[in-house]
Amino acid sequence: MGAIVVSNLGKAYKQYPTRWSRLAEWVLPGARARHALKWVLRDISFTIAPGEAVGLIGINGAGKSTLLKLITGTTQPTTGGVHMEGRVAALLELGMGFHPDFTGRQNVYMAGQLLGLTVDEIGRLMPEIEAFAEIGDYMDQPVRVYSSGMQMRVAFSVATARRPDILIVDEALSVGDAYFQHKSFDRIRRFRQQGTTLLLVSHDKQAIQSVCDRALLLDGGRLAKEGPPEEIMDYYNAMIAERENQTVRLNETQDGKVQTVSGTGEATVTDIALLDEHGERVEIVDVGAPVTLQVRVRTRAAIPRMVLGYMIKDRLGQTMYGTNTHLKELPLESVTADEEVVYRFAFPMNLGPGTYSVATAIVSTDTHLVNNYEWRDLALVFTVMNMRRPHFEGSAWLDPVIDIQRP
Amino acid sequence: MNPPLMLRGLWAYRGFVLGSVKREFQAKYSNAMLGALWSLLSPLAMIVVYTVIFAEVMHSKLPGAGANAHFAYSIYLCAGALTWGLFAEIVARAQTMFIDQANLLKKVSFPRICLPVIATLNALVNFGIIFGLFTVFLLASHTFPGPVFFTIFPVLLVQLLLALGIGMIAGVLNVFFRDVGQFVTIAMQFWFWFTPIVYPAAILPPEVRSLLGWNPMARLIQAYQQVLVKGTAPDWLDLLPVLVLALLLCGFGLRLFRRRAGEMVDEL
Repeated sequence: MGAIVVSNLGKAYKQYPTRWSRLAEWVLPGARARHALKWVLRDISFTIAPGEAVGLIGINGAGKSTLLKLITGTTQPTTGGVHMEGRVAALLELGMGFHPDFTGRQNVYMAGQLLGLTVDEIGRLMPEIEAFAEIGDYMDQPVRVYSSGMQMRVAFSVATARRPDILIVDEALSVGDAYFQHKSFDRIRRFRQQGTTLLLVSHDKQAIQSVCDRALLLDGGRLAKEGPPEEIMDYYNAMIAERENQTVRLNETQDGKVQTVSGTGEATVTDIALLDEHGERVEIVDVGAPVTLQVRVRTRAAIPRMVLGYMIKDRLGQTMYGTNTHLKELPLESVTADEEVVYRFAFPMNLGPGTYSVATAIVSTDTHLVNNYEWRDLALVFTVMNMRRPHFEGSAWLDPVIDIQRP
Repeated sequence: MNPPLMLRGLWAYRGFVLGSVKREFQAKYSNAMLGALWSLLSPLAMIVVYTVIFAEVMHSKLPGAGANAHFAYSIYLCAGALTWGLFAEIVARAQTMFIDQANLLKKVSFPRICLPVIATLNALVNFGIIFGLFTVFLLASHTFPGPVFFTIFPVLLVQLLLALGIGMIAGVLNVFFRDVGQFVTIAMQFWFWFTPIVYPAAILPPEVRSLLGWNPMARLIQAYQQVLVKGTAPDWLDLLPVLVLALLLCGFGLRLFRRRAGEMVDEL
């Protein structure tokens, strides 16, 4: 019970030049194909053992959702097949195909029946489902008035009301707030201990690394890499960084300084600078020189808990060093709206010669599922030069004290 | 999926099918203060219009009607209009069932054959209410035809198959070619008026009347009218070609459905 075997799976969508050509293909004799096949997934083969937890990673459009749809059977494969054993619960995208006019309770019954539960069973599980979803009176309101987070709460609560043999979750959890994410991950972990096979799609490094035994990386509709979550995540991040650098490089000719900014926008970095020991802004730093990274953050909305993180990356996007105020145990509690916070990180610039960029992230909580207020890539670019020291190789300044003994 | 597997899937999801029928019925009236009362009131209004207004106010008479001439036209009208209503509702629901449920189809794996069954059952519930009221009217106005009344059930079954066949074909095609839905809606209007429901067949010119034999719904509606107005059993031989046609359409619809069900989700 609980094994998933995917063999040689492929999915292609038929693309017709016009609507008429589909009609022609259906009706006209001769059976000439008038469509082109657009492959979104190809040659996917893997096996997930019962009780294993596997993370599925890939950029948008890599084919993750399509793969999950093929596995759950909502979409039919063009080639190959999927074999599964046991009771499957799947949370694909938002909701579970909830009907907007039905109440939450009615939708719970519908979703439960689609999961193979009887009305009596659902009735018995209902108090627990309500308690887990914690949406109060909304349970008896039509789903159309729900927020996406509430829909997800209900969907997750039904899908996991009874422990499935296989649980498939497609990024659904990222919609929920930190509190619910925490709660749902606790439940997922408990199911894992009890032997549920888990297939999880997430962009969240922490989520994948903390829950999964193994990760699969999809790229361009193919299985690019498979292995331990950490290794795959690193590979994935490098892949992303490479892509981002490319886009930036393209734009840089136009206005010199281009940043990739993402996030929900409750707080933003208004200024970032590297200061030397006299407090002057610098762009070129000597190897080993004491510097201060100064980051001004302005909040637009009240934030219960604010954490600032930064990463220093080399020109290839490899992270040289990164930390945040949560790891350093200096989070800010209940920051009000329109507040300006100045962070200063002082450290010696123990990097080798080269250009480096700083990425900043303003996040909210200590959960592994991070709520991203603002992510700013290439917030600052600086150059490290070797001005006073003998030549050395590499991107770190690990100056040794040398002791040589000769007989 | 072969037919036995389809039936097994349907049986396994019977809870979902029945639950869906119930929920849709409830949802329709959930925001109304009078609630489910409306499910009685609106068909009641229709029956009153067809019976009392036509018979009492407009004094519409059916040419050649016998003893119960007073209500004859009303009964004639109800016999055709109510059953046509069932036919039209199934076709209309079936042709949009896949598009309407796109959200569910894309996210949850279940036997797709549940959808036409749900559409049919929903239409049957509505028909049951209105036809029940009509039967009460027949009893109250002493125009109930007696045991021959029950011969309309096999006729209804044939009509159900015909509606399902057409609805299934329209439903699948509508996913790929949205023109089909528009076309069917218009075609149904013409079909309604080419079927002697509001008017008696006798008023048609002979050359047009001879064409009615090609209209399967005309044969079915005439059977209802015969039972309810004249009180005689339908001419079964007359209905045989309709049954054959209905079965052929159902078979074709099922085949189309089975061949295109997978592709359908990609199109939604």
